[in-house]
Amino acid sequence: MMRASSAGWFQEKILLGLAPRAYLRTLLTPFNGVAFLICALGLPLLFYRFYAGLGATTNLTQTQPWGVWIGFDMMTGIALAAGGFTIGAAVEIFGLEEFHAIERPAILTGFLGYLMAVVGLIADLGKPWNMVQIFAQNGTRSVLFEVAWCVVCYTCVLGLEFAVPFFEWLGVKRIYQPLRKALLALTVLSVMFSSMHQSALGSLFIIAPGKLHPLWWSPWIFAFFFMTAVIAGISMVVVESALSHKVFAHQLEGQHHDVTGITLGLGKAGAVVLFAYFFLKLQGVIDGHAWGYIGQGFLGAWWLVEMLGFVLLPSLLFAWGARHRSVGAVRVAATVAVLGIVLNRVNVSIVAWDWQNPSHYVPSWIELWVSLTLVTLGVLAFRWIVNRMPVLRQPADLAAGH
Amino acid sequence: MSMQRRTFLKVAGATGALAAGGQAQAAFGDPAGAGENAVLVDTTLCVGCRGCEAVCAEANALPEPPSGDAVLGSLRKTSETSLTVVNRFPGPGAEPRYAKRQCMHCVEPACASACPVRALDKKPGGPVAYHKERCMGCRYCLVACPFGIPKYEYAKAIPAVRKCTFCAVRQAEGLAPACTSVCPSGALTFGKRGELLLEAKRRVHAQGSRYVPHVYGEHEAGGTNWLYISDVDFAGLDMKVTVADASYPQLVKGVLGVPPFVMTLWPPLLMGIYAFSHRRQQVAGHQGEETP
Repeated sequence: MMRASSAGWFQEKILLGLAPRAYLRTLLTPFNGVAFLICALGLPLLFYRFYAGLGATTNLTQTQPWGVWIGFDMMTGIALAAGGFTIGAAVEIFGLEEFHAIERPAILTGFLGYLMAVVGLIADLGKPWNMVQIFAQNGTRSVLFEVAWCVVCYTCVLGLEFAVPFFEWLGVKRIYQPLRKALLALTVLSVMFSSMHQSALGSLFIIAPGKLHPLWWSPWIFAFFFMTAVIAGISMVVVESALSHKVFAHQLEGQHHDVTGITLGLGKAGAVVLFAYFFLKLQGVIDGHAWGYIGQGFLGAWWLVEMLGFVLLPSLLFAWGARHRSVGAVRVAATVAVLGIVLNRVNVSIVAWDWQNPSHYVPSWIELWVSLTLVTLGVLAFRWIVNRMPVLRQPADLAAGH
Repeated sequence: MSMQRRTFLKVAGATGALAAGGQAQAAFGDPAGAGENAVLVDTTLCVGCRGCEAVCAEANALPEPPSGDAVLGSLRKTSETSLTVVNRFPGPGAEPRYAKRQCMHCVEPACASACPVRALDKKPGGPVAYHKERCMGCRYCLVACPFGIPKYEYAKAIPAVRKCTFCAVRQAEGLAPACTSVCPSGALTFGKRGELLLEAKRRVHAQGSRYVPHVYGEHEAGGTNWLYISDVDFAGLDMKVTVADASYPQLVKGVLGVPPFVMTLWPPLLMGIYAFSHRRQQVAGHQGEETP
């Protein structure tokens, strides 16, 4: 460790080698301005929610106990975090080395996605300090008990996986070297916890058949949730690597990155999984005798929008892009697929929930603003980390070895 | 010889009778939760005095319910500040009918099975009780309950779930629930579920009975400890008639059995796949070295 002085270390590691004033000047961008405005209001709102209670800050009701903080932050955050285990498994277990370059950003997104979901959950819980009861009471008959344990365990696994670039950044060889060797074991654990967690989030709704619209409720909803998590994982990595190559291009200089190959490979996988999911959903409709609901009323039409516009369409677009070697088409398909996953989670937990009630929940502006703040914080954290730690660029010791 | 034969017949007969009795018990059996405390609500006897509402509020330290009959003009739901409500409905004749609503205290409660910290807990005697100090406020009980009974104190900064607890504390002391102890008309009968079911059926199927031939709560949600009989259709009393007969916790029994298999089968399976792909890479690497 070549730490000349603590000031030098701070300037090197935190300020990206710039003088404090020069660093602050780089922060004055329109993007940061918007992000600052969002957080300047959002963080106080988050504290206000604990002071004033859920009734004063949300539009939750007795029949709609879960709103956007669960339906979007929790359900969607976890689904979009699926890239961490999907890509981790592809590289570490299946040995698909071409995806190696995107393993770390995928894990980082997963970690931040889980942290965002946990903060959203803390905002939503009436008495979050009683979360420790999960360890004291054996609520083994509850799907939520399984979900809670999976959140705890997998967040720890993601934390350990992320600890590799973190300690590489700090230069603590004693920690990152053994952790690098443990990466295979951690990946096995991440696949194990994710497959339970992603499907269990769907299983949460099995106990409420009368309240979730029949086109979305199915005893097989756990399988739908797991498949959509894989779709989300694949699509998020495509979107992310596209954005990263645009925003963080300087970090990738000198590395052999076959972005085209990676994107097309993911597109092929995305097409297959989305197509399988589309037909599995049809099976669910047949199984639930729900044909009659298709196209009936707003929700029947809305279901068609989700299935045709956000499942079948991206599936075909993925296939077309992979076949015609069009990276652009695959990226559009991935974006539509990601939006489709968001739509699905929000539909299950909010739009199609309590569907027979004529007065339906609409989130309050505070709920939406807090959610927006959490997403913004996630993006800021991602950028802060990628700019400093070896997530996209290669770690110093490996790069030197080349 | 004849004595012996008679003895044999006696023994055989007794055994047969025993076996038959055993079979009969298995076939008809005791209904689920037969020995649990329960209440039979005979809606034909309720006069709508709402004494149960008043004593419930008192027993649970909640605001006094509105006095006067004006409140009967509109349909009310239970809430976090009124754990039981009586509503008025059109009767079969000129006389109206009244139906008291509160937690149904399922034999296999969806809410208690859904609670990850066992804050809602089914007591052996029948009540589904609530442990405020364990509750983290996830509101999954509100999601799970097919009757829409648990209510959340959204207005409070430190909220709790509120619902009828069947006066679990009073029952533990050997007392009847507050509401049943004040009912003046005999509409509420407190007793054992098995006996009350028989009583309910005796009334419903009596000669010249005008009751609807159904005991609401016998099978709904796998059976509830509050049983209703009525001479108007149960939908006409705003009772949830779409509730499935099967027990709700059973719906998730299958998926909850999966994690042990995932945890034991996934790691060796994934390590096996790793071994294959690793070997393939090694072989590919060697071949790459050997071929010029």
